Amino acid sequence: MYVTLSPARRKIVEGVILWILILSSTIAILTTIGIIASLLFESVRFFESVPVTDFLFGLQWSPQIAIRADQVGSSGAFGALPLLAGTLLISAIAMIVAAPLGLMAAIYLAEYASRNVRNVVKPILEILAGIPTVVYGFFAALVLGPMLRGAGDGAGIEISSESALAAGLAMGIMIIPLVSSLSDDVIRAVPQSLREGSLGLGGTQSETIRKVVLAAALPGIVGAMLLATSRAIGETMIVVMAAGLSANLTANPLEAVTTVTVQIVTLLTGDQEFDSPKTLAAFALGLMLFAVTLVLNMIALRVVKKYREKYD
Amino acid sequence: MTDTEQKMLKKRHRAERRFRLYGIAAIALALLMLGSIFVSLIVMGHSAFRQTEVSLPIVFDADIIYGDGERNRQALYGADYQKLARKALRVVFPDVSKRRDKRKLNKLLSPGAEFELRDMVLADPAIIGQTLQVALPVSDDVDMYVKGQIDTNLAENERQLGDKQIGWIDTLTAKGLVELRFNIRFFTGGDSREPEMAGILGAVKGSFYTLLVCFGLAFPIGVLSSIYLEAFAPKNRITDFIEININNLAAVPSIVFGLLGLAVFLNFMGLPRSAPLVGGMVLALMTLPTIIIAARSALKAVPPSIFQAALGLGATRMQAVFHHVLPLAMPGIMTGAIIGLAQALGETAPLLMIGMIAFIVDIPASVVDPATTLPVQIFIWADSPERAFVAKTAAGILVLLAFLIIMNLSAVILRKKFERRW
Repeated sequence: MYVTLSPARRKIVEGVILWILILSSTIAILTTIGIIASLLFESVRFFESVPVTDFLFGLQWSPQIAIRADQVGSSGAFGALPLLAGTLLISAIAMIVAAPLGLMAAIYLAEYASRNVRNVVKPILEILAGIPTVVYGFFAALVLGPMLRGAGDGAGIEISSESALAAGLAMGIMIIPLVSSLSDDVIRAVPQSLREGSLGLGGTQSETIRKVVLAAALPGIVGAMLLATSRAIGETMIVVMAAGLSANLTANPLEAVTTVTVQIVTLLTGDQEFDSPKTLAAFALGLMLFAVTLVLNMIALRVVKKYREKYD
Repeated sequence: MTDTEQKMLKKRHRAERRFRLYGIAAIALALLMLGSIFVSLIVMGHSAFRQTEVSLPIVFDADIIYGDGERNRQALYGADYQKLARKALRVVFPDVSKRRDKRKLNKLLSPGAEFELRDMVLADPAIIGQTLQVALPVSDDVDMYVKGQIDTNLAENERQLGDKQIGWIDTLTAKGLVELRFNIRFFTGGDSREPEMAGILGAVKGSFYTLLVCFGLAFPIGVLSSIYLEAFAPKNRITDFIEININNLAAVPSIVFGLLGLAVFLNFMGLPRSAPLVGGMVLALMTLPTIIIAARSALKAVPPSIFQAALGLGATRMQAVFHHVLPLAMPGIMTGAIIGLAQALGETAPLLMIGMIAFIVDIPASVVDPATTLPVQIFIWADSPERAFVAKTAAGILVLLAFLIIMNLSAVILRKKFERRW
């Protein structure tokens, strides 16, 4: 295996290898540039036919019209607000499920559970994170959706079978391990001396956790929640399978709403020419999605980093 | 202690117990959801692993097969095998004479039955002229009826099978001709519009080729760039920028990678649509951050003394890294790579963007053949209106989960086996 080279040759060979290494490292940068460039390029073409303000502040989303009427001047309505509202509604439901469950699970595992329980329960919880999203989508569409509908019928409330609630619940289940493992990290990073101080002054364990540990870990937990929210906003398959297609501007979780990711998929999985505003709109939505999740991640990472420097 | 103090203490202890209970309840709820996902998948999916077959005495009548045309092998491809199957059915039910009833009777058999007869004849043309008892697949509705999934209490026009059809099936069952067998077609077939003929082999192979490309790209690039970042990169703005990039890429929604693939790989570079090649490239970009992060921590875990000892004995930095540090870090890197691949295997959304969602019957044989992957196949089936596809979908999910479990277990075993504490 070991090739013998003269020192001069070796220098050349190693120089070449070094460049290969450097090139490999730039792939990450190239990917980012590729993402931004392709999203921006296509979005700019989209905004040539649809004004940016209409896209960002429009209340109507009905891209189908653009295909039906090829005549000049009649393009569909491309107002992204209903999509954004739908995305936020479903993400909010997901976080309402995942935040308390994930956080309480993390607290219990970090502060109360014995080492054995922790070693068993933690990997099992992580399974939830390993299940492909298409499985959650199937579960939401075929189990949670009909179940909620049936429950609604029993209670006399009308629940759409593609309700935001079903998609949000499934997404919440998916995010639980993300919240719990991130929170677990920050809770365990709180120095033991803080706990001992509180316990020494007579606080019970739960008082110590709530008033000392969580207070100290708060920035990190906020960061964890932001990361989880960003994950929920970018999630695609669950909403494609379990949420609706019609763009309703509503805050009622029992109705069907659509999301940014659902519309990207719907716009791009049909067969249509690439230059129509309909397909280009998908890239504008993608750009919006990318920007929102990037900002959330940046804030989250910054919050977490700032917090970590405090105790390390 | 005064009374009020005692009360206060009791209250605090109750709060303590409550708090602890919340924690247990949260974990229990999460585990319950996990359990209900698995249970509902098994309940919905287990029936798809068996398929109803009806065995009929098929007369491989040369006159029907060849008709008036030439009697050569070419003619065997286009012959009317449906007629063979229908004739055999007619033999069992000689009193069915009305056209409408005949049509209903024929509907009991799967449209895929004729292809199975064709394949039999093509495999062995000597059977022409013989009469053989052949087990043929029944249609999805009959299959569901035999499995007890059709509610016979509904009015006739509200269910998929008429009273007469149910009567015929019961007759066949009474004669012992109907049998539930292990559904081999599910594992050997490609996709089909007929639920009883649809299989996952095409999707499994598509997933395999996609992961092959993904691994072939992401693994070397990931390992090489983590070697650079860990062992060679100077601490400067550019390397900081690379690091920020990698961390951000890890959090970019997967569908955005699909948009990148569509715009760059398909529209700009003109690579074929629906091909595992493009799917693998997109997934490689997605798994790259996972592999880089895992590889870097594996490289970091190798004690610097090994690197320094190599340098001290006269090795160049390159030799020290490639001959000494990298082999020691390899188990950790492989573990990370397998976990990254498992993520890629479950990924659906970006593949929809690059057209891997097409209806493809043929089983792909290379990385440029049109294909779907396992999760995309699951998505397609979940979207199909036929009720029998629900069981197929759940069964497909069970297969996907089995692959994921195998991959993750092998990662765990790899780590356990080669884990070294320095």
